[in-house]
Amino acid sequence: MCGIVGLLVKTPALRARLGEMLVPMMVGMTERGPDSAGLAVFSAPLASGHKYSLYSGTSSFDWEGLAEQLFAHLRMPAQCEGHGNHAVLMTELAPAAVRQWLKENFPALHVLSCGRAIDLYKDIGTPSEVAQRYGFSGLQGSHAVGHTRMATESAVTPDRAHPFTAGEDFCLVHNGSLSNPYGLRRKLETEGIHFETDNDTEAACRFLEWRMREGDVLETAIQKGFEELDGFYTFLIGTENKLALVRDPFACKPAIVAETDDYVAIASEFRSLAHLPDVKNAHIYEPNPEEMYVWTA
Amino acid sequence: MDSLSFDLAATPLRDLNRFLHQDAVTQGIKQVTVLHPDGAHNIAVGLSAPVAVDIEGHAGYYAAGMLKHGIVTIHGNAGTGVAENMMSGKVHVKGFASVSAGASAHGGLLVVDGDTSLRCGISLKGGDIVVGGSVGSFSGFMAQAGRMVICGNAGDALGDSLYEAVIYVRGTIKSLGADARIEDMTESDYQAVGELLAAAGYTYDAHEFKRVASAKSLYHWNADANQEY
Repeated sequence: MCGIVGLLVKTPALRARLGEMLVPMMVGMTERGPDSAGLAVFSAPLASGHKYSLYSGTSSFDWEGLAEQLFAHLRMPAQCEGHGNHAVLMTELAPAAVRQWLKENFPALHVLSCGRAIDLYKDIGTPSEVAQRYGFSGLQGSHAVGHTRMATESAVTPDRAHPFTAGEDFCLVHNGSLSNPYGLRRKLETEGIHFETDNDTEAACRFLEWRMREGDVLETAIQKGFEELDGFYTFLIGTENKLALVRDPFACKPAIVAETDDYVAIASEFRSLAHLPDVKNAHIYEPNPEEMYVWTA
Repeated sequence: MDSLSFDLAATPLRDLNRFLHQDAVTQGIKQVTVLHPDGAHNIAVGLSAPVAVDIEGHAGYYAAGMLKHGIVTIHGNAGTGVAENMMSGKVHVKGFASVSAGASAHGGLLVVDGDTSLRCGISLKGGDIVVGGSVGSFSGFMAQAGRMVICGNAGDALGDSLYEAVIYVRGTIKSLGADARIEDMTESDYQAVGELLAAAGYTYDAHEFKRVASAKSLYHWNADANQEY
């Protein structure tokens, strides 16, 4: 199983309430995904530089020390705000240099996301535990992509939780299972693309981001995904300014959309939308198989 | 007292279903209203008493599954498998119904005013389904008995591997499944469609519908004869 949720607010005033609206959506999907949960939130992009969501796996990590060491080694100022397991690192350094430096100096750290607009949190635990651990209800932004996981094809670990990311400001969550992730992986590895887990969803994420890096717009990349990705899937994809929803040709995995003038909300089941403001007057529909639904923030 | 309402925002669903299974009969309750269903699964599953259940909102998975004798009206959308394995009675979805609506229903009538998603009437075993809107792909897949009336359009592979069930379609058919074919309507078909439309509350003319039934060539497939027919 697995539960997916997505929320894009059209009314700027609701950006302050993004996390507050989203947490009950995630908690509503607990039965579909009780082992891990994650959330990517997109907010106004940084004017310059990049930010990185980091995961340490331990609450005693010296996040401030990390920023100081980065400055000592690379002579580039960095800010690192840590909360337990998780921190956001901000610096003007190029992403490739930051990733390389982190790999060499802090090999146990996971870079969960990189970009100008994205913040990402994921961990094992029930959706409500993870939401509470990272303070999801206080998150603000224009759109968010969330996931509750019931592991089927790879282990229950924080790095195999969703969302998956690749490149910058790109994330994907998945309900379903792919039948050709290893074929895709072999193909992408010849393009120099490195995988961090054995999870099938990572293949879909890296494939679509690779297509966009090769020059495709999101919609073209998704179209190529229809041709290359085999299996069952409902995907929710987040970019700096877009939220996209697609289902496989057999629509084997559920999804339902509620759209009002103020927001578009997506979940695996209506249970996760029932609490939303004015949902009774929302336009509620099921997305069609192999059809693209893309909203712009 | 002959009617009662349950607010699922305040009362566990299990209490509602227990009431429908047991107390509604002994207390002679004829009508039950369900408030704030909010997508809960299994509402009014296994109802075997002659009770009218009105669900005021959207129902989750398997609403009114295995229905016998009751009348369940969903004043909203229905999730996966509404009226699955229905034996008799009537289920009326005022909104749209998700995948596998009326799957393997043995009897009774399922009416969906909106569209249905994929696999409507899959493995139908004798029930009747009337859809006011369109049905998704693979509808009527392996349907063995019963009737489907589709007032809108049908998606891909309609009636794939049909047995004795018959499907009537008013709109377009994107494609027929294996062994399904369009046949001429007979007087008994017009009559059947007319009766089903009337039972569902629609006023379409039965002459607007075409008949889809099994060519029965799959009946003669012989696994021992070199995979030939």
